[in-house]
Amino acid sequence: MKKAAVVLGLLVLAAGLMVTRTSAPSAAAPTPVPPPADALLINAAGATFPYPIYSKWFDAYHKMHPDIQINYQSIGSGGGIQQLHAGTVDFGASDMPLKDEMLSQLNLHVFQFPTVLGAVMPTYNIPGVNAELNFTPQALAGIYLGKITKWNDPEITKPNPGVSFPGNDIVVVHRSDGSGTTFVWTDYLSKVSPEWKSRVGSNTSVNWPVGLGGKGNEGVAGIVKQTPDSIGYVELIYALQNHLPYGRVQNSSGKFIKASLTTVTAAAAGAAAQMQKDVRVSITDAPGANAFPICSFTYLLIPTNIPDARKDKAIKDFLHWMMTDGQNMVEALNYARLPKPVVAIEEKSLSQVQ
Amino acid sequence: MSYRLVWRKAVNVVMLSLTGLCALTSLSVLFFILGYLIWKGGSHLSWSFLTHLPAPVGEEGGGMANAIVGSGKLLLIAALTGIPVGFLGGVYLAEFGGKTFSFLVRYTADLLNGVPSIVMGIFAYTIVVMPMGHFSALAGGLALGVMLIPIVVRSTEEFLRAVPITLREGALALGATKWRAVATVIVPAAFQGIATGMLLSLARVAGETAPLLFTSFSNQFWSSGFNQPTASLPVMIYTYAISPYDDWHRQAWAAGLLLLALVLMANVGARLLLSRRVATPR
Amino acid sequence: MASLPIAVERRSRPPSRGRVRAFVAGLRSGDEIAHLITLMFAASIFLITALLVFELWRNSALPREHFGWRFLWTRVWDPVFENFGALPFIYGTVVTSSVALLLAVPLGVGAAIFLAELAPRRISNGLTFLIELLAAIPSVIIGVLGIFILVPVVRTTVEPFLKKTLGFLPLFQGPMFGIGLLAASLVLTIMVVPFIISISREVLLAVPVEQREAALALGATKWETTWKVVVPYARTGIFSSVFLALARALGETMAVTMVIGNDPKINASLFAPGYSIAAVIANEFTEATGRLYLQSLIELGLVLFVVTIIINGLARLLILTTTRRATAHP
Repeated sequence: MKKAAVVLGLLVLAAGLMVTRTSAPSAAAPTPVPPPADALLINAAGATFPYPIYSKWFDAYHKMHPDIQINYQSIGSGGGIQQLHAGTVDFGASDMPLKDEMLSQLNLHVFQFPTVLGAVMPTYNIPGVNAELNFTPQALAGIYLGKITKWNDPEITKPNPGVSFPGNDIVVVHRSDGSGTTFVWTDYLSKVSPEWKSRVGSNTSVNWPVGLGGKGNEGVAGIVKQTPDSIGYVELIYALQNHLPYGRVQNSSGKFIKASLTTVTAAAAGAAAQMQKDVRVSITDAPGANAFPICSFTYLLIPTNIPDARKDKAIKDFLHWMMTDGQNMVEALNYARLPKPVVAIEEKSLSQVQ
Repeated sequence: MSYRLVWRKAVNVVMLSLTGLCALTSLSVLFFILGYLIWKGGSHLSWSFLTHLPAPVGEEGGGMANAIVGSGKLLLIAALTGIPVGFLGGVYLAEFGGKTFSFLVRYTADLLNGVPSIVMGIFAYTIVVMPMGHFSALAGGLALGVMLIPIVVRSTEEFLRAVPITLREGALALGATKWRAVATVIVPAAFQGIATGMLLSLARVAGETAPLLFTSFSNQFWSSGFNQPTASLPVMIYTYAISPYDDWHRQAWAAGLLLLALVLMANVGARLLLSRRVATPR
Repeated sequence: MASLPIAVERRSRPPSRGRVRAFVAGLRSGDEIAHLITLMFAASIFLITALLVFELWRNSALPREHFGWRFLWTRVWDPVFENFGALPFIYGTVVTSSVALLLAVPLGVGAAIFLAELAPRRISNGLTFLIELLAAIPSVIIGVLGIFILVPVVRTTVEPFLKKTLGFLPLFQGPMFGIGLLAASLVLTIMVVPFIISISREVLLAVPVEQREAALALGATKWETTWKVVVPYARTGIFSSVFLALARALGETMAVTMVIGNDPKINASLFAPGYSIAAVIANEFTEATGRLYLQSLIELGLVLFVVTIIINGLARLLILTTTRRATAHP
């Protein structure tokens, strides 16, 4: 089989060629901070939504502590929880706080730390309408339940005097991939519409009564952009970064609020009192005159018992830094920062952990 | 009769132009995609993109050096595990196989090829990551390796079968044993085609994201050896493409182009090697 | 048509009396060793697949116990109230893959004929090389291109055209979003065509030149030579490229999920949004938290396996009957 061996050798060579070619630049690569011999690698995984800020934080933290590498990968909240359960990562992250029944089902013992805030808002594409629209909760629930099917429905036109709506059918767009974004959106609709709550409910994916599903924020934004008379929902950061048109939503005090970093933080401030007991709160439809109604915290899931003492110390030190200096980095990336009272609560629970 | 001749000639011209049209249509779509990728990603490719670690969002510069090396590692493992199995399996099907068992193997290979890549990821996760207790380049490479197998098997078999019977008979008539005929005459004669199948399979798995998410995971930093989580180009492209930031979108396009360029280089390299060693059998 | 080139190549079984002796002789010459080694690798392919099925089976016990066979024909997919059924996904997978193959096979084989028989070798090599590169483009990129470039074209041009010309068929009725089964089929066509072109061309090139010369010498036109001699000679190879394409179409995930509309409903119209098995697994697997939910997704993976078995079987049957016919009328 001499020739066959040659043949196989060639193949290995071909594959090897790929590696040598690819690793050639790496030899000359100036690594910014050479990792010390006893570098500590901490693996973490979970939510996609906070990935940019987490990667920023872990990078900044690594620059301050060159011997600690925290490797965070955005494989999805569910994935993060499963990996934490399987023990393949040191800590996890989730857009949705874990309920007690879930924790006991998976036999997980974790502390849940809110890190930043996110918001979700309606974006739309109606030819001939350039105004910033006002949406009532009933209008949004009606549209997504499939009960309001035309743009000139009184529920939509009433809060928007002076805007002339076409009488066309509404094309409803939602996220198809399981996501924290969908959880926040459906959690909000469940609060404002009893019918939504009983018929559809809230989760990272639901059984949508109507609509087209787009994958990811781009998927939804792409479909809305391409389809006349459509409405969809996207994350605040995505809308801000990509200059999407988005509407105001009526909050629990009856005011129409435009989503912004300040109105989102205002929604969280109202929840601080409740968070004394449990940080796992829902802040959709929160009280407060200036509060944007569709927003939520995102969480880090830290095991109560970390066997490796070095990792334990590093993770706790990171959490402390994240709640103080780390918060100064979030607004540059369009995340809303934690309100001061919430930071105080978390600091307290962190001290109890130790 | 002459009417018939005119008709036949007309059919000839029409059908041949139709095949040209088919080629033109497929190629224009393909050219369009390639061109779009070059247009979107080309301007962002730079030396520092090739040699630096990823920078966090908002900071200028940064590259994907670790992902490039990571992808190379993963493909190496995949090639070392998947190609021998696929190649020898294909040799069996074409040269040694009986009827029933060959049918079974061929059928399962087609099934394996139709498994969605994310299911392959779950599979590699349960049989490699779970027992090892952590993510590793090895797990990702094996997942890709399994994905290589069916493509290599089917193309190897097909090209071996296409070797003209005269070549076989010639070899056997000269007194060569079966395996000698296979190893020294039949396989080399078909090798160009077989290698094409292998390269195609490598190219296909090089762009896969889903099987890597839960196996090789990813890594913002350099990873040493094959036992640590490692970054890879497809996963980088995926996470950057779904992020909200323009700068990361541009980097995703650049990385897509880079992936293509690397596949191209491997392809050209392998072809140069091949054309020197093995004469085309025609 | 003459019989296939491999038909002669059959291992002749020695009579049982001399079997042992023949085996020893085979061992000595190396034939049996080579046979056993390759057999081992071939068997490992089977074993890997079996292991994969076993893992999927093991990890989907909960929904099987919970829903039983009902899972296969339930049309609801409700993660909140934990009621799961596979029917809409099976439908979407089958429809998009079939439409994609209907488009991709003539296109790909035609292009392969052009590249193998008509184009000068040098140009043909270069073009094929580019085609093979296309297989490396991550499907997430093709998906993004699909949503921003293909979908608007489908909505404003392709769908109105189809509605006007073939609108009497239920396949081409209903509102036109651009997004939907048709767009997904087109994306799949683009993704599988490289496989068909590249492998078919290679097999066509491997057809001995004598076959062509004989036909041409008999007065056949170039097209007749190609269609009646070269293509039939290479047909097993072409079919195998079609199988590769089919398998890829069934399992393709990212690009499809960007354009299919992801709506688990069953609509006769190709304009309507749909959903495929691979897409729902990719969409929901990473965020699924409940046990039953997660295992239902894994059971969908198992269902896809069965669907693949059936479709492959049907495709083989189809090919068997068409080749019979082709052989009957040369």
